[in-house]
Amino acid sequence: MKMLVSPVANRDSHSPLSTPKADDLSMPTSAHAPATSPVDRLAAIANGDHVPSEVHPQMHLEPPVLEIKNFNLWYGSKQAIHGITMNIPNNKVTALVGPSGCGKSTLLRSVNRLNDLLNNVRIDGDMRLNGDSIYNSRMDVIDLRKRMGMVFQKPNPFPMSIYENVVYSLRIDGERNRGVLDQICEKSLRGAALWDEVKDRLTETALGLSGGQQQRLCIARAIAAEPEVLLLDEPCSALDPIATGKVEDLIQELRGTYSVLIVTHNMQQASRTSDFTAFMYLGRLIEYGPTTEIFTKPILKETEAYVTGRFG
Amino acid sequence: MNSDASPKTFPLRENELRPKRRRSAHTTLASHGEPWVWLMAGSLTLALMMIAGLLGLIVVRGSSTFWPVPLQLVQTSNGRESLGEVTRREEAIDATGPKPIPFTRRLIRIANFEITGNHFEWIDDRLITSESNPTWATAVERLEGGRFHGFPTRLLERGVAVAEGPEAAWEKFNELHPSVRIRWRSAMHLDHTDRGRLQRTLRNARLAVVQADLDYGNKSPQYFAAIKSEKQILQETEQAALSLDTQTSELREENAKWSFEFSTTSGETTTIPLESIVRAWQPNRIGLMQKMAVYASRWWEFLSDNPREANSAGGVFPAIWGTLAMTMIMALFVAPFGVLAALYLREYATSGPLTTFIRIAINNLAGVPSIVYGAFGLGFFCYFLGSGIDAIFFQASLVADNQPTFGTGGLLWASLTLALLTLPVVIVATEEALSSVPNSMREGSYACGAGKWQTIRRIVLPRALPGIMTGLILAMARGAGEVAPLMLVGVKKLAVDLPIDTEFPYIHASREFMHLSYLVYDVGFQSPNSQAAQPMVFTITFLLVTLIALLNISAIWIRARLKRRYVSQQF
Ligand SMILES: Nc1ncnc2c1ncn2[C@@H]1O[C@H](COP(=O)(O)OP(=O)(O)OP(=O)(O)O)[C@@H](O)[C@H]1O
Ligand SMILES: [Mg+2]
Repeated sequence: MKMLVSPVANRDSHSPLSTPKADDLSMPTSAHAPATSPVDRLAAIANGDHVPSEVHPQMHLEPPVLEIKNFNLWYGSKQAIHGITMNIPNNKVTALVGPSGCGKSTLLRSVNRLNDLLNNVRIDGDMRLNGDSIYNSRMDVIDLRKRMGMVFQKPNPFPMSIYENVVYSLRIDGERNRGVLDQICEKSLRGAALWDEVKDRLTETALGLSGGQQQRLCIARAIAAEPEVLLLDEPCSALDPIATGKVEDLIQELRGTYSVLIVTHNMQQASRTSDFTAFMYLGRLIEYGPTTEIFTKPILKETEAYVTGRFG
Repeated sequence: MNSDASPKTFPLRENELRPKRRRSAHTTLASHGEPWVWLMAGSLTLALMMIAGLLGLIVVRGSSTFWPVPLQLVQTSNGRESLGEVTRREEAIDATGPKPIPFTRRLIRIANFEITGNHFEWIDDRLITSESNPTWATAVERLEGGRFHGFPTRLLERGVAVAEGPEAAWEKFNELHPSVRIRWRSAMHLDHTDRGRLQRTLRNARLAVVQADLDYGNKSPQYFAAIKSEKQILQETEQAALSLDTQTSELREENAKWSFEFSTTSGETTTIPLESIVRAWQPNRIGLMQKMAVYASRWWEFLSDNPREANSAGGVFPAIWGTLAMTMIMALFVAPFGVLAALYLREYATSGPLTTFIRIAINNLAGVPSIVYGAFGLGFFCYFLGSGIDAIFFQASLVADNQPTFGTGGLLWASLTLALLTLPVVIVATEEALSSVPNSMREGSYACGAGKWQTIRRIVLPRALPGIMTGLILAMARGAGEVAPLMLVGVKKLAVDLPIDTEFPYIHASREFMHLSYLVYDVGFQSPNSQAAQPMVFTITFLLVTLIALLNISAIWIRARLKRRYVSQQF
């Protein structure tokens, strides 16, 4: 029954901006979609067949901060992202879930064009940040990255003091006003639930912090510049439950004022912190909808299997 | 993904599929890796033994040079007497007879070259009838003519004895000698520094005339003005020189009154002017404390004084200073160049066949014999660049004295040559350090909106600094120990004028200078009295090794501090 809904939802999903090509592609496969069993669908993806994404209708009601349009990415000759089209809603928390190696980090890194640094990467399609094309040749990459904050899977503090780490993005913009810097440093560290632990050792090297503290420092660094979009790549993978809780509290606080795109392997975390959840598999977007629906009544069996931990 | 697929069951029969693991002495030995551990430990031991042996030899021989050794009086059956330090004992074989007979012999430093014609003498132990350490045996270090060994007899003032007998004469000598030395030193200072300054002023005035001639012609008002001022300076300096003459001759006359008379083992008496005695000691009489005092004073002279007697005695201060100055200036040149080159190569240049080729070329440069760098430095820096500079700025000196300023070897050219020589080391080490900066740090910086240069300056360079320092340490150690290229580009056997001193313009980039490693070569292999100079070679080597070690330790200390700041100890 749910399968029958999907083509409709899919057809409705196409915004006026979407290309006719994507439309054409989605039609034939969705026609025989009801027949596919979960294994068949995943096997079809593994075979390299095109399988359309299931996007819940609510997703089109949200005003997007970031629009991803039929985005493809290749590492050399190996395609890591296959025609992903999705909108990241403004001032909401969106979670990306999926098994290891399915391209979540790659997608995240494409948003702030970090993949530009690798010389074997080729892309196709576009993304728009508040209407500005990210991959437009006239887009200033540095300016683009200043509008986003990113926290990486592994903590990567800079070889400098804790204080300088936090205010790094202001420093490179030439901010010298000590008062401003102090204020932002404290605010960001409090936001990342690190202030109490480091307030007496701000001038010490950040490399002396524990792994979890380093990760929270990176979060503080990412929010210091008040970015439009916050990209979090498994920010809690190095943290203990208490610090994880603090980071989740932080995400709750950010919700409503920031747009957050978070990658996580922790389903509870995704269900607790996010408004929307996208399930990815082998470089494709499988299902995308409000978190409550994805976790309680997903359209696809595969999604259900994944979020309940039966595969992946 | 195959959660729904039925799990395949394998027909697992115990003995069939599970591979049997054999246990044998061989596998356990291999898995524990014992033979490898022995091999590694053995290699390390070998390396350590070689290092310890070499360093031990240098330290022991180098530090014992200045210790006051007892003077032994040896009488032989052929009626000869020798007084001196026993420097070596060895076993030899007498092959003169029908049957070779082993025997022992000793090498005695008998000194008194002007009397005996020898500095050293081998004595066959079988011929020795008596040996003793006479109390009053005295070793005298002279300004010229080498060491003297004898027994004090009288101390003379203008040829008249004021103290007779060893004890009184020795006492009087100790009373007079310090003031004699002070007068000698001030006379030297007047002669060298003050007279040198006068000569330089005079030369500058003369060069100004030549320069005015070159610039404006010899009928121009400037030329006449220069001639006039030269005349004036000539008068002034003549007066100053006269007053210097009176001062020095007063000092010298006062000193010349005194002399010390000694008797030698060969029965002669020798009178030594007190002024030419650097130091005298009676090793058989003095206790440990006084020996230490003699030892310390000889070391101090070695470290702080100018060389004497073709570098085989006296001090090596100009060489220490020259080595330090050259190494520092070399580091100043090589560090920025090497780091910038490596930065471009690693961070900006797109990797391709060209960069690979450049890398290979740089690595090969490290293997070019250093003398080739010397030849290049001489040809390019001295003869091409230096001559160009001379032709533009120092033409007067070239015309007037036919004396090149930069067109010959000097501190600047030597430093540049060695900077070139050590450049590959720095580039390779810097590249290594840059590539060891984790990419995640760079990405973090880019993600914060930093540009490439900002990332390099704020993240990559600080993080790579310890590695860059390592390269610099290696470069400095190599540069300080180099001899061959230096001989071509400015190191001299004797250059008492320091390349960096308190006189304007402080750094005399065109001055020739002395260098410890060249001194090792010079004293060890070019000295007329190599036997006596041998301990000196060890001492200079000891000093050079210590100096390099000090440079290294300070650099390592800085590196450790940087590491603590910039490199994570996180696990
Ligand atoms: N620099 C690269 N060069 C080549 N292939 C890459 C590169 N980075 C990632 N890949 C490949 O792209 C695919 C997606 O990788 P990605 O890191 O995005 O996965 P992920 O979803 O973040 O996984 P995880 O949950 O384990 O972090 C993987 O198959 C990976 O092997
Ligand atoms: Mg990832």
